[in-house]
Amino acid sequence: MNLEQIIQSLDLKLLTEQKPFHEIQPTTGYAADLLSCVMTGASRGGLWVTLQAHSNIVAVAALLELSAIIITEGAQPDEATIQKANDEGVTLLSSQQDTYRVVGRLWELGIR
Amino acid sequence: MTEQTPLRKSSLISDQEAENITRVEELAYEIKVQEVMTPNPITMTASMKMQEVLEQFRVARISGAPIVEEGQLIGIISIEDLIRCLIKSDLEAEIQKYMTRNPFTVKGDDPVVEALKMFVSTKVGRLPVVNKEGLLIGILTKGDITRGLLKALQQDYQTEEVRRYRASHLFEDIESERTSLILRYNIKAGDFTHGGEASSKIKRALSRMGASPQIARRCGIATYEAEMNLIIHTTEGGVIRVEIEPHQISIDVYDSGPGIKDVELAMKPGYSTASEKVRELGFGAGMGLVNISRCVDIMKLESVWGKGTRLRMKIFLKKEDTVGEGHAAKSLEEKR
Repeated sequence: MNLEQIIQSLDLKLLTEQKPFHEIQPTTGYAADLLSCVMTGASRGGLWVTLQAHSNIVAVAALLELSAIIITEGAQPDEATIQKANDEGVTLLSSQQDTYRVVGRLWELGIR
Repeated sequence: MTEQTPLRKSSLISDQEAENITRVEELAYEIKVQEVMTPNPITMTASMKMQEVLEQFRVARISGAPIVEEGQLIGIISIEDLIRCLIKSDLEAEIQKYMTRNPFTVKGDDPVVEALKMFVSTKVGRLPVVNKEGLLIGILTKGDITRGLLKALQQDYQTEEVRRYRASHLFEDIESERTSLILRYNIKAGDFTHGGEASSKIKRALSRMGASPQIARRCGIATYEAEMNLIIHTTEGGVIRVEIEPHQISIDVYDSGPGIKDVELAMKPGYSTASEKVRELGFGAGMGLVNISRCVDIMKLESVWGKGTRLRMKIFLKKEDTVGEGHAAKSLEEKR
């Protein structure tokens, strides 16, 4: 399952720049809104599902080299955050669904 | 010369393509036509037979040639002209019957972008290149431009590789009893906008110096948590000082207040003194110091309430993981 298929299946909105998403294979995922927990729990190359949409999520994802952040419940990061994400090569995706449902769909797709 | 896909000039380009094109466009202004053209092209004269054009094109595998009379460019003959001639079975005719007179030209010292503009506006497949005196010096196709730009991009890439290589060998040629590199970052209190920038830079520096991804990641996480602590909890901000030696990384983070009331309690997972506002941002999980202790080999936290806090950490590097001594470069070479 590559990131392009995930974006399509979950109807995610791409907030940052286009990338060859079909080449990116998220290995696993992690869901939390507390950044230090993410620092401990998220794996390299994994997806991170969160409600947080402020600029500090970018630094966390860049340091951990996550494949993408899925921001839930339609929370909208500001322009500066999107700019920073593009600078750091971090992919931001947005879902209207809540974290519970997004994680459920990812699990169904085989991201475990 | 076979044509290659010209540079995309369509307005329907994705952001990613736009990003790539920016550097290519920069290069199109920097690189001169004479750097990418084919110099000393095969030329012909107006009185030669079309039969010879056919032979020359076939043998030299080209699709166009300038027509020269006493050094002066007077026309150009292309594969399209040859096809028109073939349809009429007119190979005995002279070139001047089929060639294009007074062709468009570009100057050798024009930037490549000028040639690109001319390709777009004239729709020709090749442009003769002339010098200031108007004498023919080369021929240019869109394929030449593509190749020239790709070569320049490749050089850009090699420059980064060289930079990485140099940093990864930093300590090798320096002799002293104990060599180290010190990085310092001043962190402002309450500066959430730049939160994580120092730790990103530290991680990048270590990667360039040849640290393994695991070491760079551990160091990145430890310094991130320390950096955020300075932003969240201090009154005046503080300093992150990273000392890199081949066999160890020593991180020293200090501030001038307010200090930690109960260090033992602060080390407990889940304990936090962060404000409600900061917690809303996702900080204050009470896991920062716990995370740090997981990432480093030695951690020492000292604090005096009202005076300040000093956090010292060390990561030891195994023989095969040392930085700045060319280990990463060696393993890269082995992979090749």
